[in-house]
Amino acid sequence: MTTPTQLPGFWSRLSLAFSAFFKAAGDAEFAARVRDDQVGPVAAPAPAPVPTPAPAPVAPAPTPLRVNTPESALQLLTLLQREARLIDFANENLASYADADIGAAARVVHEGCARVLKEHFTIAPVRTEAEGARVTLEEGFDAASVRLTGNVVGKAPFKGTLSHRGWRATDVRLPQLAKEHDASVIAPAEVEL
Amino acid sequence: MSARYAIGIDLGTTHSALSYVDLEASDGEKTAHGVLPIPQLSAPGTVEDLPLLPSFLYLPHPDELAPGELALPWSTEGETAVAGEMARSRGATTPIRLVSSAKSWLCHPGVDRRAAILPSDAPEEVARVSPLEASTRYLQHLRRAWDHAHPEAPFDQQQVTVTIPASFDPGARELTAEAARNAGYASATLLEEPQAALYSWIQGSNGAWRKQVKAGDIVLVVDVGGGTSDFSLIAILEVDGKLEPHRVAVGDHILLGGDNMDLALAHLVARKLAANGTQLDAWQMRALTYGCRGAKEHLLADPNATTWPIVVPSRGSKLIGGSIRTELTREEVTAFITDGFFPRVEAGARPATRTRAGLTQLGLPYAQDAAITKHLSAFLARQAGATAELEGFAGRVSAEHSFLHPSAVLFNGGVFKSSILSQRVMDTINDWLYMEGAEPARMLEGADLDLAVARGAAYYSYARRGGGVRIRGGTARSYYVGVESSMPAIPGMEPPIQALCVAPFGMEEGSELELPGQEFGLVVGEPVHFRFFGSTTRRQDQIGDVLDFWGPDELQEMNEIQATLPAEGRTPGDVVQVKLHALATEAGTLELAALSPEGQRWNVEFDVRNTASQ
Repeated sequence: MTTPTQLPGFWSRLSLAFSAFFKAAGDAEFAARVRDDQVGPVAAPAPAPVPTPAPAPVAPAPTPLRVNTPESALQLLTLLQREARLIDFANENLASYADADIGAAARVVHEGCARVLKEHFTIAPVRTEAEGARVTLEEGFDAASVRLTGNVVGKAPFKGTLSHRGWRATDVRLPQLAKEHDASVIAPAEVEL
Repeated sequence: MSARYAIGIDLGTTHSALSYVDLEASDGEKTAHGVLPIPQLSAPGTVEDLPLLPSFLYLPHPDELAPGELALPWSTEGETAVAGEMARSRGATTPIRLVSSAKSWLCHPGVDRRAAILPSDAPEEVARVSPLEASTRYLQHLRRAWDHAHPEAPFDQQQVTVTIPASFDPGARELTAEAARNAGYASATLLEEPQAALYSWIQGSNGAWRKQVKAGDIVLVVDVGGGTSDFSLIAILEVDGKLEPHRVAVGDHILLGGDNMDLALAHLVARKLAANGTQLDAWQMRALTYGCRGAKEHLLADPNATTWPIVVPSRGSKLIGGSIRTELTREEVTAFITDGFFPRVEAGARPATRTRAGLTQLGLPYAQDAAITKHLSAFLARQAGATAELEGFAGRVSAEHSFLHPSAVLFNGGVFKSSILSQRVMDTINDWLYMEGAEPARMLEGADLDLAVARGAAYYSYARRGGGVRIRGGTARSYYVGVESSMPAIPGMEPPIQALCVAPFGMEEGSELELPGQEFGLVVGEPVHFRFFGSTTRRQDQIGDVLDFWGPDELQEMNEIQATLPAEGRTPGDVVQVKLHALATEAGTLELAALSPEGQRWNVEFDVRNTASQ
């Protein structure tokens, strides 16, 4: 990698983003740090319906938050590892490899991620307009599915430019698990006899 | 109870599928149909609904899986083997415990198909299963998947059709029917796969098929599946003003399919890698085969692509350093697939055959010549006179034609998703037709290449109830037993043998014929063996005809058949005179029965256990 050490290159950033995502999803303390100091990396665009820890307002009376069972998140990780070798990829140190090698591995990851997305989710854009088009948001628009950015002032209807169409999972088809199945084993160790 | 659904099952060499027609919502040629998602293990403890059930069975070691990891939506009590996706993926790393291609073994005449012989290279301690048992397991899985999804319409009360290759001999047909019975199918009917493909095409056209074919057409069905290639000829007749398809000929059993193509490419790429000093292990070979399939599909779908990269991932957790990158080029795909499996040959080309080595072969009898177009030219030449006696076809066939001229072609099988390959077959056939001054054949559009067989089978279940178009044709072969001719013995020579026709060509389902004149003496309590022959070309022979001579291609010898007269109520050693009857059953199998003068009846066995000497 030829990028100066101050600024990480694209592959490093990708790897960093993935590892931060999994660390945040799996390590509550790390997630809290990200939430509180707002300095740590923001979760990478992940295909997961795994709710990333929302930056809760620092308020004296905490609102009760949903408690998630880690089962489906672990299941998704299992699929991404099995099909796309995502955890192997995220745990690699990219500094010692040439871009050509990284690119070869990225093909495995890309192809596998695409397969997981296609087989287990139905994902549709939130807005059907082309990116760059002018859109008008009427009063009472769904603030959860449309995020306002930039010069956010005044009242609805808001007029602006669509910079990202957004994605919405319209269907999730995760495999069913046996009762005794230990989902925390994302990939079993393999021993060849 | 009356059936609510017509169910079709494609019991494939590499994949099985279940399709259905809702009888209450269907009327005439308008059908409401669907494909059942099959719950199956995709990994230990993980159940997924997939449209296909890979026809693989994995026999795990008792310590291999944690308890409860084999749970399915239905009770799996007492089951130790796994069918489906997990069997396939696990078996790739532990092939000694994987049963694959059970269907090819089921029609392998050289082995005892009821004996526990699979996996053929398993060590002693693995409890093997028979080809029959493996097929039973896949059918059972599909039945349970149905019962799980449709508790209101139990499987055994529905109309069920199971498909088989057109080239299956009576023994393999009977074994498939037996597997269905063992799997709890109350009354399954068998249907030939190329016919199922045509049914699916008829169904898919919503009645428009009558515009695409006309009376006098001869449709060639080219079905290249994962492990087998199968050809059939279907003539379109006009009967009482209605179009009626008649299946007039079927091809031989060719163990050659799409999987062989992927494997051929993988070996090519592996050789390329080996030349650069990279050796692949079995696990990497499988990943490479998988990658080659993807690359092949891309290159065959996009005529402008020149190369396609393939990455074989590392086995350990070091993905980047350990992965091997290579590529497949257009020249390689053209040389190996387009020209290797579908060469543009002349009509006179015939597949090369080598005499087998003297040792008894234990593996599957794979086709020796990979050129599918050569097998096709041999098939069409052998069937040059297939339509000679059909009404309305007399003028279309001439003695000068060196092969039967098809006027339309229907493709089936995932291989033909590539228009390059279907076009190559069309071009080759049309070259042959051009050389004999005939009109070019046209390709029938709108075939569903992956699920056509299952869909067509469901449609057939439906059509049998009078709901739609039916293909006629009856049995696709005539059958003979060998009888010694009454000649004085000559030292050093086998006594010459005559072939006695016991079942003529084209017996309709449900018909029974008695062999006139000839009676056989059976010894009570002792099995009597007959040599058994079939012919796909001798359409004129009637039951009771005796052949003294026949051409080398006309009659194919099959497994011996055997009749045993049970000793009950008789003195062992006595000789009883019996008459032979041939019955084409409604279920699509052929039965030969022996009838004693008192009217007792018992069946002649097609699937005789082979002795070691064979």
